[in-house]
Amino acid sequence: MTTPRSDAPPPGVRLPKRRGVELSLLVCAVLISVYGYAAVGLARSGAVPPDAARYGAGLGLLALVAHLAVRFRAPYADPLLLPIAVLLNGLGLVLIYRLDLETPNDQAAATQLVWSTLGVALFIAVVLLLRDHRTLQGYAYVSVAAALALMILPIFFPAVNGAKIWIRLGGLSFQPGEFAKILLAVFFAAYLSANRNALAYTGRRIWKFQFPTGRVLGPIVAIWLLSVGVLVLERDLGTSLLFFGLFVIMLYVATGRTGWIAVGLVLASAGAFLVGSLEPHVHSRVEDWLDPFASIRAGEGPGQLAQSLFAFAAGGMLGTGLGLGHSVLIGFAVKSDFILATAGEELGLVGLTALFLLYALLVARGYRAGLSLRDPFGRLLAIGLASIVALQVFVIAGGVMGLIPLTGMAMPFLAQGGSSVVTNWVIVALLIRVSDSARAPQPESADTGTLAPVREDAP
Amino acid sequence: MIRYIRRAAALCLVLLVALLVNAARVMVFEAEELDDNPANRRISIERYAEPRGEIVVDGKPVTGSRDSGQQLRWERTYRQGPLYAPVTGYASQTYGTTLVEHAEDAVLAGTDPMLAPLPLWNDLTRGRQPGGDVLTTVRAPMQEAAYRGLDGKRGAVVAVEPSSGRILALVSSPSYDPGVLAGTGKPVKDAWKRLNSSPNQPMLNRALRQTYPPGSTFKIVTAAAALDAGVVRDVDAPTDTPDPFVLPGTRQVLPNEARGCGDASLAYAIQWSCNTVMAGLGVEVGLTGMVEAVERFGFNDTGLRVPSWVAKSNFDREMSPDQLALSSIGQFDTTATPLQMAMVAAAVANNGEIARPYLVDRATTSGGTTVDRTGRRSYRQAMNPSTALRLQQLMVKAVEEGTGTNAAIPGARVGGKTGTAQHGFGNTGTPYAWFIAWAQAEDTAQPAVAVAVVVEDAEASRTDISGGGSAAPIARAVMTEALRLEAEARR
Repeated sequence: MTTPRSDAPPPGVRLPKRRGVELSLLVCAVLISVYGYAAVGLARSGAVPPDAARYGAGLGLLALVAHLAVRFRAPYADPLLLPIAVLLNGLGLVLIYRLDLETPNDQAAATQLVWSTLGVALFIAVVLLLRDHRTLQGYAYVSVAAALALMILPIFFPAVNGAKIWIRLGGLSFQPGEFAKILLAVFFAAYLSANRNALAYTGRRIWKFQFPTGRVLGPIVAIWLLSVGVLVLERDLGTSLLFFGLFVIMLYVATGRTGWIAVGLVLASAGAFLVGSLEPHVHSRVEDWLDPFASIRAGEGPGQLAQSLFAFAAGGMLGTGLGLGHSVLIGFAVKSDFILATAGEELGLVGLTALFLLYALLVARGYRAGLSLRDPFGRLLAIGLASIVALQVFVIAGGVMGLIPLTGMAMPFLAQGGSSVVTNWVIVALLIRVSDSARAPQPESADTGTLAPVREDAP
Repeated sequence: MIRYIRRAAALCLVLLVALLVNAARVMVFEAEELDDNPANRRISIERYAEPRGEIVVDGKPVTGSRDSGQQLRWERTYRQGPLYAPVTGYASQTYGTTLVEHAEDAVLAGTDPMLAPLPLWNDLTRGRQPGGDVLTTVRAPMQEAAYRGLDGKRGAVVAVEPSSGRILALVSSPSYDPGVLAGTGKPVKDAWKRLNSSPNQPMLNRALRQTYPPGSTFKIVTAAAALDAGVVRDVDAPTDTPDPFVLPGTRQVLPNEARGCGDASLAYAIQWSCNTVMAGLGVEVGLTGMVEAVERFGFNDTGLRVPSWVAKSNFDREMSPDQLALSSIGQFDTTATPLQMAMVAAAVANNGEIARPYLVDRATTSGGTTVDRTGRRSYRQAMNPSTALRLQQLMVKAVEEGTGTNAAIPGARVGGKTGTAQHGFGNTGTPYAWFIAWAQAEDTAQPAVAVAVVVEDAEASRTDISGGGSAAPIARAVMTEALRLEAEARR
């Protein structure tokens, strides 16, 4: 659904396209990644890796192609989104390459590069093919069905490391739950934007809280419960936590009812307590979080979380320098769930803060797009997608640093994990699309009928 | 909706702040505690990432490092491990460090701030310096002579320079190769088990950490106490002690191994090692006087470091007179380390003053710049200088024509005292043979060396001759080397 652009200057402020800014930031992102790659080589063998230029060229090529797609199909898109994604992905490749040096029998960087390429390809495909994010509104029920199917599928496959979240097809393994995040965000956005008022203004008040009628709430709660149930069965708590947070945030943004937050928190604590006490896999994670050093006192040596904390502590303020840390002591999940520990040890608190701020910037730009969009679906979609990134970062970073119990989840763009990289590239592609729509000059005939109620409750 | 989006954004901001605060907590505020957690392997990895500094004897390193290619990269090696084990100790990735490897670990491992070019350098650069070297006071020829002399028998030799306190030889036998404990894994654990279960106790540092009843060598201490207290004014005057001597308050009779000890003079008693005379003198000096005198030599001192800790040599502070009598001839509860008895000989040789014994002369950076030097420090004045001079004469007499003739060195002034210590239940154990001595080249102003030798399994009778027979030749060999080295240095 495209709107014909008029030649006449549109009303309101005409924003600059900023594609040049994006290009120069992309150059910086690629250079920083190559610099990191060279730093690893210098630290380890005293020489720049021979393929540093090749790595830079490859990453640069990916960035350039993505940039061209944005330039042609989303000229008004936010110029920060793509460079941040490229930089994070580039640094992730450097970290994985650096950890490959410690594990000669388990090389992951090449696979990760393939997945990143696939991610960028999907990014380009989304930017080129999805001309207007509002077309997604029509696919609400299709996407929710697909999401549930994707989540139920791994139950029929064997568990890996205690979690049944994998599908193995030939040599490739894929975590469908990763992609289901996007589909659920699309469904929530579509459903909530359609039923916003019914959710907010019908139903009964109990004390201070407004509860909507079951008819409106039913489908959404059912879907949510189903997804969470599936996750508990599959023992993928990180994703379960993410869905839950996403659901509450989007519901609150759509309706503005604080009751949701209260209900959400009650449900969350009840669910967490129930699962934490019944499910041994989760229970041990909670125990580990409460006392990471119990296993040391018991004479069994440090567990993964303790090793992770040791790595962060070893980093201190400035870090050991790339390639000079010992985060490999963490063990088998060091390239995936615990990749942040390597970043913390080798880049220090300074580098880690920079990484967090990059993520924060990505989230903030998503929110900014949401604020300046005019259609509620787009708004909710932007907020949903940005919140997915924020929650992912919080859940895994908080987990590996002992802030919250550890739940398996990939750090967006940074961690080893093809499904995660591809999914996050699609999220960025969708954010590019909505931000383009938000910043593009509005034709006079624009369909902005949904603006009135928004203005009412705007401050 | 705008308002709610802003609030959701504020929630994200709260999450970000929580992450950053938590990161600062783990990486800065709790970092030290986490870094020092014994389960954190980083300490070990860093520690063994570079070759350790060397322990040097006579200008040559007696240690080395080997690249193991493991996570803990550099392992300690030892040249002539068994010979220098009582000096170096071991530096093991599995069992830690002992002796000089332990006492000087910060220098050898490169963590000592003294090694850094500027103050706080290591803290700023998060690095460590290459391991520094530790130069010992030991002289290789003397160490080798002592080791050869013991010839695998259980025992120990300590030689010190009386004027300075430098430890010139420190041998414990049988010994072991510390290199077998250097690394990690099964071979090291097996070696550890084997060494610890061996009846010969090869890992025991007999020179510093084992105490023996000093037997008749302790009579030098008793003689010093008697002379200082004025109990004996003339060493050649007869003392009023019967032979045999009945222990005060008991019916037990103390015999002599030597003849002619009834009412013998102090000079005769030292020359031929009369139990009765010395036991009588100890009782005459009295408990308080004896304890004071004995502690001036270093007995009952738990704080002696060379720089490794030294076991306490014991002389009871509360005893009945009969126990005091036995203690005064180095029996009952009196025990001493070989180092303590070397200090007794050194006190006599150095006019009554004991210089604090030390084993580490200097610490240098890997480049050879001295960063720390152990200077001569006085330990205690054990006796009056006049007493020391008289005891020198008596000890010389014992070597010239007494129990210690085996220690005589032609062309040198040698003073010595033999000892045999009975031990075990009812004195059934093989007696320990002791010999303490000092030697002075004829044309020098002061003795060059004081030495104590103990041999546990002396295959001899309980006579003092065994002290003279098994231990004195070893002392002579060590002192001969010392005099030769001194003469070389003077030329």
